[in-house]
Amino acid sequence: MPIKFPFSRRRAGPTDAWTKCPSCEQQVFNKQLERNLRVCPHCGHHFRMGIGERIELLLDEGSFVERDATLESGDPLRFADQKPYPDRVEAAKVKTGLREAAVWGTGAIDGQRVAIGLFDFRFMGGSMGSVVGEKVARCFEAALAERLPAIIVSASGGARMQEGTLSLLQLAKTTAPLVRLDEAGVPFISILTDPTTGGVLASFASLGDAVIAEPKALIGFAGARVASGTVGEELPEGFQTAEFLLEHGFVDMISARAELRSTLSRLLHLLPVAPVEEIEREEAHAWGPIGVLSGFAERVGGAVSETIGIKVEPDAAGSSNGDRPARSPNDAEPATTEDER
Amino acid sequence: MTELTLPGGTTVAVPDQGAVDAAWRSVQLARHPQRPRMLDLIPRIFDDFMELHGDRSFRDDPAIVGGPALLDGRPVMVIGHQKGSDTESNIMRNFGSAHPEGFRKAQRLMRLADKLGLPVVTFLDTAGAFPGPAAEERGQAEAIASSIKLMTGIQVPTVVVIVGEGGSGGALAIGVGDRVLALENAVYSVISPEGCAAILWRAPEAAPIAAAAMRMTATDQLELGVIDGIIDEPGEGAHTDHDATARAIKRALLEALTTIGATATAELLTSRYARLRHIGSYTEAGAPGAEPEPPSLRHRIGRILRLPGVPRRPRWSEIWPSGEDGGESEDET
Repeated sequence: MPIKFPFSRRRAGPTDAWTKCPSCEQQVFNKQLERNLRVCPHCGHHFRMGIGERIELLLDEGSFVERDATLESGDPLRFADQKPYPDRVEAAKVKTGLREAAVWGTGAIDGQRVAIGLFDFRFMGGSMGSVVGEKVARCFEAALAERLPAIIVSASGGARMQEGTLSLLQLAKTTAPLVRLDEAGVPFISILTDPTTGGVLASFASLGDAVIAEPKALIGFAGARVASGTVGEELPEGFQTAEFLLEHGFVDMISARAELRSTLSRLLHLLPVAPVEEIEREEAHAWGPIGVLSGFAERVGGAVSETIGIKVEPDAAGSSNGDRPARSPNDAEPATTEDER
Repeated sequence: MTELTLPGGTTVAVPDQGAVDAAWRSVQLARHPQRPRMLDLIPRIFDDFMELHGDRSFRDDPAIVGGPALLDGRPVMVIGHQKGSDTESNIMRNFGSAHPEGFRKAQRLMRLADKLGLPVVTFLDTAGAFPGPAAEERGQAEAIASSIKLMTGIQVPTVVVIVGEGGSGGALAIGVGDRVLALENAVYSVISPEGCAAILWRAPEAAPIAAAAMRMTATDQLELGVIDGIIDEPGEGAHTDHDATARAIKRALLEALTTIGATATAELLTSRYARLRHIGSYTEAGAPGAEPEPPSLRHRIGRILRLPGVPRRPRWSEIWPSGEDGGESEDET
C-alpha cells in the first residue's frame, strides 16, 4: 500500500493549475488568468470565455435573468456519424453544464436594460442549430417588443451540420427580425469574440448597427483550412483576424476585454432606442405576462429595496443542485437595484 | 447493415445502403455537366431577358447573373447562379461560386425589383460562396448576411427554384422566398457532402454517407418543410431534355406567382416571416407550473444576512464555468 503524504494530494493537479498561453507560450497561473478576465498577463492574448464569466464581465451584478432556458435540441434528421447526434449533444451538456450553445436573457449595463444573447464555443463549437437560432430570434423579438437594445456576443464555428438545412435556414430566421428592429428604431450591437465564423458571421453577427470585436479574435466566413484547401493559395498574414476586419471596414472597433463593458455602456448612451409615441409604448409593454410581471416586480422591488436600504439579491431558485436557475418573477427585481460600480 | 472500407483502411458503417445510393445519385445528377444552367433555361422560360451587370462598387461577378425578364408577358426580376459548361466558361464563372460583389449585384437588382414592384425569381445552382482570401477581404459573410436580410424584407413576391446544387450560405443568400421549389434531382445542404464527411467522418470518401445523413435530396427537403414543392424532371434527369425541364419550371413559376401574386403585401411579409420563424426542431418545457417554487422568505433574508444553512446564490460563472476550449469545431461555409 503506497504511503500517502499530506502534500501528495496537492501534486494531483499541477497541470490544472497552469495554462500555457498559445500566443506567447508562457505558463499562466489559472487563478491569475481568471482574475485578469482570462487575458494573458504577459502578452494580452484573449482566452475564450464561458457564458457565466461573460455575463459577470458585461452586466450589472445580479441583473441577468435567463429566458427560454428549457429549449432543447430535437434530432430532426436522426443524424448519426461516428456517434448519434443526441449523444453528441448530451456529451456537450455534461462538458459545459449548458443545455445548448447559446443562452439569452435580459440584464442591465450600468443600469441600462438590454436583451442579450451569448454563445459558448465549447458546446459543439458554438454551432447554430434550431435551438440557438430560436434563442437568437426570440432575443431580437423581445428587444423589439420591450424596446430594449439587443446585444449578441458571438463565438461560433457556424451552422450545425447535424441539423442539415434546418441549421442553414437559421441564418434567415435570425436575420429576419433585424428588419423589424430597423423599422422600430431599436439598436443591435454585435460583439464578435474568438472565433466567429461560418453561418453565424454570415447572418446576424455581421449586421450589428455597431460591430465590436475582441483583439486578435478569429473572424471569417470560411475556416482557414477550408479557404486554403479550396483555393490552394498562401493566406495573407493576419488573415481573418479582428484587426483584418477593422482594416477592411467590417467591424467598427476592437475593444480589449477590460474596456468592453465601458465601451458598451457608452455606446448604449450614444445609440439609444428611438423614442416612440405613448400609445405604441403601452402596446409594447403589454407584450406578455413576463413583461408585465417584470415591470411590476421592478417597481415594487426597486421601491422596497430603496426604502429599507438593503440590496435585494436576485434569486436563483433551486440552484443548489447545480442546475441553472429557472425564470421566476422574483428574478426580475435586481434590474433596478443599484450596482456598486 | 453494410460497411464501407476507406482507402486508409478504416471501415465506416453504412446505415441504409438504399438511402445512400439515392442521395448520392441525386448529388451526381445535380452536378451533371450537361444539367441546364440558368442561361440555358432563361431563353426557354422567359419571352425576353436583359442582363444587367455590376454591383456598382467593385466589379461584375459572372458567377451571378441577373436582370429583368418577361414571364408570360409580365415583367419579373430574375437572379441566379451561373456555372460554366466547359473548363473555359467554368473558370470565367468561377464554377458558380460567387464573390461578395456577386451578392451585392443581386441585392442591387432586388432593390430595383422592390422599387418597381416586380416579382423576384431566383435560380440556385452553386457549390457554395467562394471562400478565398479576396472574398474574405471584401466581406463575404457581410454580403451574404445583407442579402438574406434584404430578401426577408422586400415587399414583392419572391419565388426560389433550386435548379442544381443548393450549397449552403452561397445558395441561401439568394434563396429566401415566399415559395421555394426544387427540381427533382436538385440538392440543398448546409455544407457539401465532401466537407461534412471530412469533418465528421474524417474521410472525404464517406461523402455519399454524409449526403444521406444530411438528407439533402429534394424529397427529404420537402419532408423537412424547407421547400414547398418539387418540379418533376423529364426522363433520366434534367440533362436529357432542357426544353422539357424549362417548360416544367415555367409552369411551376406561373402557378406560384399566381397564388402569391394575389396576396396583399402586408400579408405576404407576415407569412414570409412566420415561415422562417417556424423552421427548426426543438422541445420546450412549456408549462409555467414546471418552474421551481420561488424561495421562501427565510431563504431570501438568510441570503442577505448570510445565515448559516442558507445556500449562497451561486455566481453565473459557477453555474456555467469556463473550461478548456472544445477541440472539435463544427465550422462550415
